[in-house]
Amino acid sequence: MAAPVPLLELAGMHTHIGRYHILHGVDLAVPEGYVSVLLGRNGAGKTTALRTIMGLWRASQGAIRFAGREIAALPTPAIARLGIAYVPESMGVFTALTVAENFRLADWRGDPAPARLEAVMAAFPVLAEKWRARAGTLSGGQKQMLAIGRAMAAEHRLLIIDEPSKGLAPVMVAQLTEALARLKEGRTTILLVEQNFAMARALGDHVAVMEDGRIVHRGEMATLAADIALQTRLLGLSLASHQ
Amino acid sequence: MTPIALIPRESLPYLVLPLLVLVALLGMSFSTWLTLTVAGLAMGCMLFLAAIGLTLIFGLMDVLNFAHGGFVTLGAFIVVAVLGTGSLAGLGIAAALGVVALAIALAAGAGAGVGLVFERLLIRRVAGAPLRQILITVGGGIILQQLLIIVFGAEPLPLPRPLALRGSVIIAGAPLERYRLMVCALGLVIYAATHLALNRTRLGLLIRAAVENREMVEALGFRASTLFRLVFAAGTALAAVGGVIFALYAGMVTADLGGEIIILVFIVVIIGGLGSVNGCFLASLLLGLANNYVGFLAPKLALGTDIALMLIVLLWRPRGLLPMDGA
Repeated sequence: MAAPVPLLELAGMHTHIGRYHILHGVDLAVPEGYVSVLLGRNGAGKTTALRTIMGLWRASQGAIRFAGREIAALPTPAIARLGIAYVPESMGVFTALTVAENFRLADWRGDPAPARLEAVMAAFPVLAEKWRARAGTLSGGQKQMLAIGRAMAAEHRLLIIDEPSKGLAPVMVAQLTEALARLKEGRTTILLVEQNFAMARALGDHVAVMEDGRIVHRGEMATLAADIALQTRLLGLSLASHQ
Repeated sequence: MTPIALIPRESLPYLVLPLLVLVALLGMSFSTWLTLTVAGLAMGCMLFLAAIGLTLIFGLMDVLNFAHGGFVTLGAFIVVAVLGTGSLAGLGIAAALGVVALAIALAAGAGAGVGLVFERLLIRRVAGAPLRQILITVGGGIILQQLLIIVFGAEPLPLPRPLALRGSVIIAGAPLERYRLMVCALGLVIYAATHLALNRTRLGLLIRAAVENREMVEALGFRASTLFRLVFAAGTALAAVGGVIFALYAGMVTADLGGEIIILVFIVVIIGGLGSVNGCFLASLLLGLANNYVGFLAPKLALGTDIALMLIVLLWRPRGLLPMDGA
């Protein structure tokens, strides 16, 4: 695969939270039109990296460039308005609002375009069935679909998703993987943090592995997927994770 | 299964109000009950007007504004400035309502304007630091009160209600004060308007969303800080409107007016569930009605009604009647 132009680029990114130094110079390139996966054990700094990109935590050092523009100093709403849709680990669904109301807030410019909503409903039909239900009454899997669907409904250039499979039943994970695979076919640029290696392998084009706030490996997903020894060394994966 | 078990748990708080009203009817004649009920609802609506801003500001910004009473006092002085000290007493009902509407509009404008300055100068500096927020809002409240004393003086100012808003109408043998009926109507209109704005408009949805998860609202591209300023100004404007209504009810305005009712306002906000508009309305009416019924049935217990009600509600529902996520 030829090295494509990065849509998002992190260069020497450091993040401090209070007196803790969490990220120690992260370098990462997310190429346009591909799915990049960030892997790593719990506490490696994956979520911190995503939150720093979104401006929810400030980079104490280094550069964050999106579409060639430096964004590290921008406030979160300005970063989102450049076309970055973000689904946090906590999903960020507004539980007091209905599914329909959550979608009304998907795009800061106004109500999302009907064609986009139709595409979301085709990917997650259950959301259409629950359209009038309060989001707080949805199951964990349905909430995740709402979170991802809401991000899809907004006009965006990059979709950042933090551990979508966390806490979900295998059947839900399969459904989510399928929906994200369709997005991938549509050439949506995705930066995905995931601990479920099967899902990461199914979706990822590129992969970076984090450990202790640093990127310790980067390359093609196919290469990592084929190298069991490398997986074991980087991720502590066993054969069981390939089932 | 008992009948109560058939009712969803989250609906139970709504039953408290009709239950209280019905139980009170057992202990008195119908006309007395009707008079007290209207008086209680009017008091509840006044409390709601004074409290709604406080609960909105807390819900959205996590700021407990101890200067809120100062904005109530501001509204009270505005109505004195508009109505003078009695020269407009002879107005007809339409003109009287018009002058009150003008006072409400001016008070709302002044409340919003002073609120924006207050937010800019004080609140923004202490974002996310609860202890400093308490200190700075208490201090800001004292400054606001002293500024009002400088402008309007320290002496109590009489505020005779226009004649058209005095007196009673007799309905079903019960004398009902005209002003209280007007307050009930105004309270309902403001509750309905707030409810519709929060539930039917995109801006309202955004406010409710930001109450729940400010970070996510920002990650969707909305500027929560602008939203906060707007809600802070709306909250202080509503407090000033509450001040107009309280002042006309009391017939006398002092710089202590806001400070005197702020305890009741806090009780309302706590009983209702911090940040909840529906809870605030329900709690205001409960407090207004309970005060009136107890004051009639057992005058010696009247002083402790508010605290007793708060104790009972919090033992039953520690987060208030209708906590934010359920409102």
